[in-house]
Amino acid sequence: MPARNRDFPTALAVPALVAVAFFLLPLIGLLARVPWSRAVDLLATREVLDALLLSLRCSLAATVLSLVLGLPLAVWLSSGTSRTHALVRALVTLPMVLPPVVGGVALLLAFGRRGVVGAPLGEWFGIALPFHPAAVVLAEAYIAMPFFVLTVEAGLRALDRRYLDAAATLGAGPWRVFRTVTLPLLAPSLRAGLLIAWARALGEFGATITFAGNLAGSTRSMPLAVFDAFERSPDAAIVLSLVLVVVSAAVLFSLRRRWFPA
Amino acid sequence: MNGLAVQIRMQRGALPLDVAFEVAAGETVVVVGPNGAGKSSCLLAIAGLLPLEAGRIALGARCLDDGSKRGFVPAERRDVGVVFQGHLLLPHLSALDNVAYGLRARGHARRAARETASSWLERVGLGAELVDARPAALSGGQSQRVALARALAIDPAVLLLDEPMAAVDASGRLALRRELREHLASFAGPRLLVAHDLADAFALADRVLVLEEGRLVQAGPIDELVARPRSRYVADLVGVNCFRGVAHAGVVTVAGAPLRVASNLEGEVLVTLHPRAVSLFRQQPAGSPRNVWAAPIEALEPTLERVRVRLGGPIPLVAEVTHSAVDELRLEGGGEVFVAIKATELNVTQC
Repeated sequence: MPARNRDFPTALAVPALVAVAFFLLPLIGLLARVPWSRAVDLLATREVLDALLLSLRCSLAATVLSLVLGLPLAVWLSSGTSRTHALVRALVTLPMVLPPVVGGVALLLAFGRRGVVGAPLGEWFGIALPFHPAAVVLAEAYIAMPFFVLTVEAGLRALDRRYLDAAATLGAGPWRVFRTVTLPLLAPSLRAGLLIAWARALGEFGATITFAGNLAGSTRSMPLAVFDAFERSPDAAIVLSLVLVVVSAAVLFSLRRRWFPA
Repeated sequence: MNGLAVQIRMQRGALPLDVAFEVAAGETVVVVGPNGAGKSSCLLAIAGLLPLEAGRIALGARCLDDGSKRGFVPAERRDVGVVFQGHLLLPHLSALDNVAYGLRARGHARRAARETASSWLERVGLGAELVDARPAALSGGQSQRVALARALAIDPAVLLLDEPMAAVDASGRLALRRELREHLASFAGPRLLVAHDLADAFALADRVLVLEEGRLVQAGPIDELVARPRSRYVADLVGVNCFRGVAHAGVVTVAGAPLRVASNLEGEVLVTLHPRAVSLFRQQPAGSPRNVWAAPIEALEPTLERVRVRLGGPIPLVAEVTHSAVDELRLEGGGEVFVAIKATELNVTQC
């Protein structure tokens, strides 16, 4: 069909196929090397289970933090178009483009033992964040929250505001309108934002290892464990990676309607 | 019940909106006008969703907006019931909860609110089986009923309706219009309705306001609009012939052709003429000072009672004659006929 040739010139076929292979081969490589028979044993070790549990708890905590702090921020961002709004949006977006290691260094300089906020925290309350799971949560939230905020802000901007107007004429003040109209209408964006943020938190590596450290049982999350295991026992690293691939694929699957509308 | 007094001055994009009108308690005023004339903006301003730049909106002695920040009463404290264009039923709530929403916002307990809502839905005639349906499952007519019940349930001081019929298909419109008229009649406060369809205005209005380019061009009972349209838009709307011309010494020159009128206005004028006031003849009629000319017949459009004859020539116009006259005069498309118009039938207004 002539229309087909116009949509996709043959000359592009080869590089496009190379691109597909480029994304497919690492997956095949990983799957081919999975020691299926020993997979359960490898996963059942104390170290792996610790990492799994820590990752789960910290990534969920980071997701909740993203919701609690990020939702109000997203609502504010969507409420205006001023210079301040643009500046704050740039600030929030920064961690998405910043190398995570740099994010970790910055977090350390702010919340570390000798950081701007970290030093008084330690002095007055005896709180030291590095090498503590709380630092993992902070590092993950720092990287993940921007994804939540931007997703939810886009959802808010796409919202038909006339529904909010209609609710107001019925006697609902701004807080009631937010609770009973905005939030329910925003549910799909909230769900997507939470999933993306969680997936991003779960995979966080650079900021975590720089800021929280790599202490087994305290701050060694799954990606850190993969990195750690890779030299000593590659098979364990592969099995751990497989777990992360499965989780990511599940996230992708649950977001398919949003990202790949038919 | 208090009347509504409105004086709106604001800029809407490129359109300067500047209108003033009043709606008495128990009166239904219908606003008509072309798209983008500022009709919906007026309703939004009265509803409290669009602050005034200058002017004043008052309900009896209570000022709702005077153009200042302090004088602006937000929508949720105005007690204005609104049926929005497209109805805007909250999509995540059932029909019942949509109607109960305003009562809940006013602090009614859930059960009491739902009971009141349910009686309102019964009053507007929504089938019991649809009470728990989501808005997406309702037809245009059903959703209009829910929207009306929702607006009335909060016991508002004013009722605003923005093209409530727009989402209703033609077949259901007649019955729904009749229902709407009954519900409007049972509401004691001022009622203001924006309509696109003149039939809505005919059926519902005590008085009609015509809004064009942000200004009121005509206000009055509908028969006055029909008898003396004051703009091209109104004339087209009511199906009346309308010409723009220059008047001098009892003659209006329209597109180069003279029309003898019974008016001593001078300068630019608008001439309107009811299609039934146009007489058609097979032969050139004699006597009396009439405007007479021969015109080609472009088309015949039969309506239920009469036939609209579309005529070409120097002054294109529409004549309305009986079906029997069409036979007697042997009128047919492509033929020619003599047009006669009495000078007294031509309405002349300054423009």
